[in-house]
Amino acid sequence: MNIAAQAAIMLAGLSKSFPGVHAVERLSFEVYPGEIFGLVGPDGAGKTTTLRMLAGVMPPDRGTATVAGFDVGRDPEGAKHHLSYMPQRFGLYEDLTVDENIRFYADLFGVNKAERELRSGQLLRAAGMSEFRGRWAGKLSGGMKQKLGLICALIHRPKVILLDEPTTGVDPVSRRDFWRILYELTAEGVAILTSTAYLDEAERCHRVALLHQGRLLFCDTPAHLKARLGKGVLAVTSPEPRRVREQLQNAEGISSLVLTGDGVHIVVDDVARRMAEFQARLKQAQVPFDQIQRVTPTIEDLFVDAVSGGKVRR
Amino acid sequence: MRWVRLKAVARKEVIHIIRDVRSLGIVVIMPVVLVLFFGYGVSLDLKHLPIYVYDREASEQSQALLKRFQSSDYFEIVRVVNNYSELAKALDDGRAKMAFVIPSDFSEKLRAGGTVSVQALVDATDDNTANIIIGYTQALVQVYSNDVQLEWLQRRGQRVQPPPLSVETRTWYNENLESSAFIVPGVLAVVMSVIGAFLTSLTVAREWERGTMEQLISTPVTSLEIMLGKLVPYFLVGLFDAGVCVVLAIFWFQVPFRGTVMALLISSALFLIALLCLGFFISVVTKNQLAASQIALVATFLPAFLLSGFLFAIEQMPQFVQLVTRILPARYYVSSLKMIFLKGTPVAMLYPQLVPLAIFALVLATLATRIFQKRLV
Ligand SMILES: Nc1ncnc2c1ncn2[C@@H]1O[C@H](COP(=O)(O)OP(=O)(O)OP(=O)(O)O)[C@@H](O)[C@H]1O
Ligand SMILES: [Mg+2]
Repeated sequence: MNIAAQAAIMLAGLSKSFPGVHAVERLSFEVYPGEIFGLVGPDGAGKTTTLRMLAGVMPPDRGTATVAGFDVGRDPEGAKHHLSYMPQRFGLYEDLTVDENIRFYADLFGVNKAERELRSGQLLRAAGMSEFRGRWAGKLSGGMKQKLGLICALIHRPKVILLDEPTTGVDPVSRRDFWRILYELTAEGVAILTSTAYLDEAERCHRVALLHQGRLLFCDTPAHLKARLGKGVLAVTSPEPRRVREQLQNAEGISSLVLTGDGVHIVVDDVARRMAEFQARLKQAQVPFDQIQRVTPTIEDLFVDAVSGGKVRR
Repeated sequence: MRWVRLKAVARKEVIHIIRDVRSLGIVVIMPVVLVLFFGYGVSLDLKHLPIYVYDREASEQSQALLKRFQSSDYFEIVRVVNNYSELAKALDDGRAKMAFVIPSDFSEKLRAGGTVSVQALVDATDDNTANIIIGYTQALVQVYSNDVQLEWLQRRGQRVQPPPLSVETRTWYNENLESSAFIVPGVLAVVMSVIGAFLTSLTVAREWERGTMEQLISTPVTSLEIMLGKLVPYFLVGLFDAGVCVVLAIFWFQVPFRGTVMALLISSALFLIALLCLGFFISVVTKNQLAASQIALVATFLPAFLLSGFLFAIEQMPQFVQLVTRILPARYYVSSLKMIFLKGTPVAMLYPQLVPLAIFALVLATLATRIFQKRLV
């Protein structure tokens, strides 16, 4: 059997409910070694719950999940030697220094001293944190904390890495370091499952799963997902995006509309026809805009469209 | 169980203790402060009580009586005055615990073989102290009165017979009724409760509150390793603090120590294990530092103070409360300490105390190992 083709993470009908809410509903997908897989979804979509079950810290209600060959429902401790999990909330000890935190996790995973020193030296350099080894974790910036979390998670060379919104509140420079380290890991055959709130970040993943109210909407590569949209996306750039939205949201032929930094993105059924209509409509209403153009859809367009049902208003 | 992981958890816990000013204070300063506080402050011995005297006669005879007061350890004549108002004022503002008045016909009446009354005005704001003062005063006056009687009879040429009956009290084990000898075992129980249950009740709850538990339980560390790693440092700290208290008691307060170090070590270790496991259990169940610390205080610290026989004798408690003390480890610990310190009871004779302590330790340790799960929900 081809080992590389064997999934590092496998979910089959995984479900978890809390009183009054189906946090995760019959979720199935696989993550392969060397792959970065993104879990995307709005607040409460069930991302954290999914990751917790995979990390073996929360028992699933139904379905199975296999991580590094271990069934996390039956043997939650089995996979723990081979995985590392970075919770959404900073999980390290603020009154321990960078080095002390690293040593703690290295010891828990049975990493010997020589290996620890070699590995932490490399990782700290890659994260640009070599000069902060003696600093208390609590005194680090948000970005540094997350990078330290990643370093602690990688000290034992796990086969599977589970990250819950790892770059939330992280500065762009640290974010870049973070992703560079992740890409390097994929070359070593590590499987990475990360949830993210940033849709632009989802596009850096090899594949993404869109999660909504505990259910899987789509699961594919970002490029395929965009192609699947089939419809066109129009970008209106305007100094007053809100007025543009007000004016166009009830227009015919729109399946969804999102505000972006400098305008709105509108998913439409027929690009050429709607572009002319919108132009006329905005001019008539005297809403200022710079231009309307066709753009390649982003994950966010796709996501909003999927969540809103993807139905074109007539 | 892997030694490296246990050691890692223990080392981390030690760092937490050292880097947190409050826990460091509790571990290093509290035992000394408590021993000194109870050794000096709440001393149950009443010695050198300040008294004011109004000697209306100022005769040789009245001076002889006052000398008895002066030479006893219990009283200290701080002032001799010559009017009532000064006495009243001294009692009012607490400069005197008692005012003693000798009437102007004191020696005259005694010579005549009559009865004479002396007056003792006692500050009874603290009824316990007042009772003791009255007791001491009556005893001193009684002794003096007997002597006067003997002398009177002798002068009359009568054959003098010593009084036919007398009660001679001997307090065993604590001959001088030094209360610090009673205090030290209690202080030890209190110190251990704070270290054993209060501090440990914070450890697991803190990890839940700070969000570090979620990551910790995603590693291969076992729940037993977490528990032992967290408790071992507090066990060592607890024993160390017990040692500090004992050394202070013996060398500073001259409390007699007649037992063996082994007996002391065994009973302290058992008591400590019971408390540590209880604190851990509370911490796991509440997952909240505030709730955990309050429950720990109510469950261990207060009983150690009030129901262990430390400040109040168990035999004098209401029947129901006496029954309650039977389920408190502190009771058995304090009682074993009293026996070890004052009677020098050997380990083999301490089973009425050690067996219950061992049972508590075993039951609580079992509960603690069962309760902690590496699970969120
Ligand atoms: N321990 C819990 N007890 C009860 N309900 C819970 C618990 N954990 C999660 N939920 C509920 O389950 C649903 C999914 O939550 P989850 O935290 O998995 O979402 P998420 O996608 O991680 O959201 P976010 O972006 O806010 O982190 C939510 O409705 C949430 O309120
Ligand atoms: Mg979440």
